[in-house]
Amino acid sequence: MTAHVLSLLVEDKPGLLTRVAGLFARRGFNIQSLAVGVSEIDGLSRITVVVDVDTLPLEQVTKQLNKLVNVIKIVELDPNQSVQREHLLIKVRVDNTTRSQVLEAVNLFRARVVDVSTDALVIEVTGDSGKTTAFLRVLEPYGIKEIAQSGLLAIGRGSKSISERVFKN
Amino acid sequence: MSADPIPTPPPRKPAASGSEPETITGAAAVVRTLELLGIDDIFGLPGGAILPVYDPLMDSTELRHILVRHEQGAGHAAEGYASSSNRLGVCIATSGPGATNLVTAIADAYMDSVPLLAITGQVFSTLMGTDAFQEADIVGITMPITKHSFLVKDPKDIPATIAAAAHIASTGRPGPVLVDITKDAQQATAPFIWPPKIDLPGYRPVTKAHGKQVQAAAQLFVEAKKPVLYVGGGVIRAQASAELLELAELTGAPVVTTLMARGAFPDSHEQQLGMPGMHGTVPAVLALQESDLLIALGARFDDRVTGKAELFAPNAKVVHVDVDPAEISKIRIADVPIVGDAKDVIVDLVAAYKAAAAETAPDIADWWTYLNGLREEFPLGYAPTTDGLLAPQYVIQRIGEITGPEGVFASGVGQHQMWAAQFIKYERPNSWLNSGGAGTMGYSVPAAMGAKVAQPDRDVWAIDGDGCFQMTNQELATCAINNIPIKVAIINNSSLGMVRQWQTLFYDGRYSNTDLNTGHDTIRVPDFVKLAEAYGCLGIRVTSEDEVDAAIKLALETNDRPVVIDFVVSADAMVWPMVPQGVSNSYVQYAREHAPSWDEED
Repeated sequence: MTAHVLSLLVEDKPGLLTRVAGLFARRGFNIQSLAVGVSEIDGLSRITVVVDVDTLPLEQVTKQLNKLVNVIKIVELDPNQSVQREHLLIKVRVDNTTRSQVLEAVNLFRARVVDVSTDALVIEVTGDSGKTTAFLRVLEPYGIKEIAQSGLLAIGRGSKSISERVFKN
Repeated sequence: MSADPIPTPPPRKPAASGSEPETITGAAAVVRTLELLGIDDIFGLPGGAILPVYDPLMDSTELRHILVRHEQGAGHAAEGYASSSNRLGVCIATSGPGATNLVTAIADAYMDSVPLLAITGQVFSTLMGTDAFQEADIVGITMPITKHSFLVKDPKDIPATIAAAAHIASTGRPGPVLVDITKDAQQATAPFIWPPKIDLPGYRPVTKAHGKQVQAAAQLFVEAKKPVLYVGGGVIRAQASAELLELAELTGAPVVTTLMARGAFPDSHEQQLGMPGMHGTVPAVLALQESDLLIALGARFDDRVTGKAELFAPNAKVVHVDVDPAEISKIRIADVPIVGDAKDVIVDLVAAYKAAAAETAPDIADWWTYLNGLREEFPLGYAPTTDGLLAPQYVIQRIGEITGPEGVFASGVGQHQMWAAQFIKYERPNSWLNSGGAGTMGYSVPAAMGAKVAQPDRDVWAIDGDGCFQMTNQELATCAINNIPIKVAIINNSSLGMVRQWQTLFYDGRYSNTDLNTGHDTIRVPDFVKLAEAYGCLGIRVTSEDEVDAAIKLALETNDRPVVIDFVVSADAMVWPMVPQGVSNSYVQYAREHAPSWDEED
């Protein structure tokens, strides 16, 4: 099983997310992460989904997704040809002795402190999953109280866009 | 152009150019849209949330609405209508339980790729999500079993949505589409604009195949020593029977027609090996199994055809033609995948084969020697019954022979379905209707009703079991009242026969809950003849072989009301040949104790 990143251009219609999620559940495909938001075109949304399957079932995933009438385009994004980021908010326990060490880690990872209280910091970090995993490992000894994580976002490198390819004709 | 002395009214033009479009209610827009789409017949049952539509429907001279007794009947009737005529079937129901009663038929249409438009009323948009009276999230419920579904809350969206739904249902791989319309959208008014703008950027079915792939397929075909044309229901949906006949005769290859494809290729043709699969003929099963090249046309390698998929046709390369790309390489990896409409692809394949055969001369003589040996050794047949009661296979065979190939035969699900697929000889597409993928008991009576509405000049049979018949026989009332004279043959073995067969074979004859007490030497609840008469039908009981022909002929001659024949048959007859579940098709058993032994199922 390997993770594949799919970028879906979809019509922004009620129930769309249910259709996509329901298809994954029904056909036994495993979603690792899901991120939904607006796209550059009015009325269209972009879903970035990380699916955990072998190559062959992946073909089934994309073919079945393509059959959904509201799905306009599906592209698999190769990690080498795309930028992939996830976004985390982490609430970590600090006191007077550990605060400066945590802040040092924040600087090393180019993360940011977005909320400060006497016994905790809220830190935001963006990066690929290698970076975010490493950062969490560094913070762990101090006591992580809460994590909120976005789904993976990904976009192809270079000047071409997926929607340009779809709507050029 | 017309020399016709009777002036025909021009098609209605709701939006004459330059003038304001007429403002009508959403309900009237539903009716007018269906009329403008060329729909003639719809099956349904009204209720609170669809009431507004039923009012203008009463005035429509173009739409015939047939009032069913249960919404499931409306759904299957629309399926039978579509499957017998290649037209779009339309059913209509109210919200909540009305809509959920359609679910079985919608699921059935999804599995068998039947073009079906289901229109349901929904509670007021202001009440949606509040658990209102007769509220059900039918769009959500049917998401996994529809090709697409729509919720309409604004009357101005009605024409475009219904037109889009009809388009999706009947193009590409056909299937059911549901349009759920809130009651306020039916009551409110909006300008009616026709033709509407249909905007479906995500829906572009591929019909024309890739030329290179077709050439590759033709090359494999001419090189193959043991090719088989593995024909599925897609050939019937694509109306490609004439093209298939040309391809088959050009190539000389053997043809097998799956349960969904019976009639796609004439049974009388010498290249026809019959139905493959769990209850297929031995030549058809082994032809696939021993083949070196499967040309799958609109077939989907269903488990009832392949048996244990990993062991299916182990030495065969696969050319897979399907209009649905997701079917290709879903179960079996295709060596040559071809996405396209079966009709177009077969035409291209014929041309490509001719070109390829000019270079390489095909040679399949040895293959035919082997297959003909199988045909001789293992012809389709049945053993006489051991209890002296009627043989069900004989009854079904005679219905086919006396009615002839112009008839339509709709079956339920179970033993009688398999016998009807085996022992009736089909010569034309759309003459065999059944629930293949979903296996819906109760399909046949309403499906036959729908078929008779679509094809009033044909003799339409429902070949049903005593179990299936009791699930939907209330539609006999619909048939009797609306002058839809179908003929129902109940193959009454007084039990849930196929389940009983499995209990015989795999559960040591422990007949748990399969006895229905409708047949020989039972209390006969219900008495099917009395039931038929209560519904205004002609009821006939047949218990011996010498009564069979006369009863069938009487049924065929009776067209002023539906006919129900209670054929009281032996409960011990079994469906053969059979491949037990979970093993290779090489273990096809011709008859009981006539193959390697097996006693396990999974």
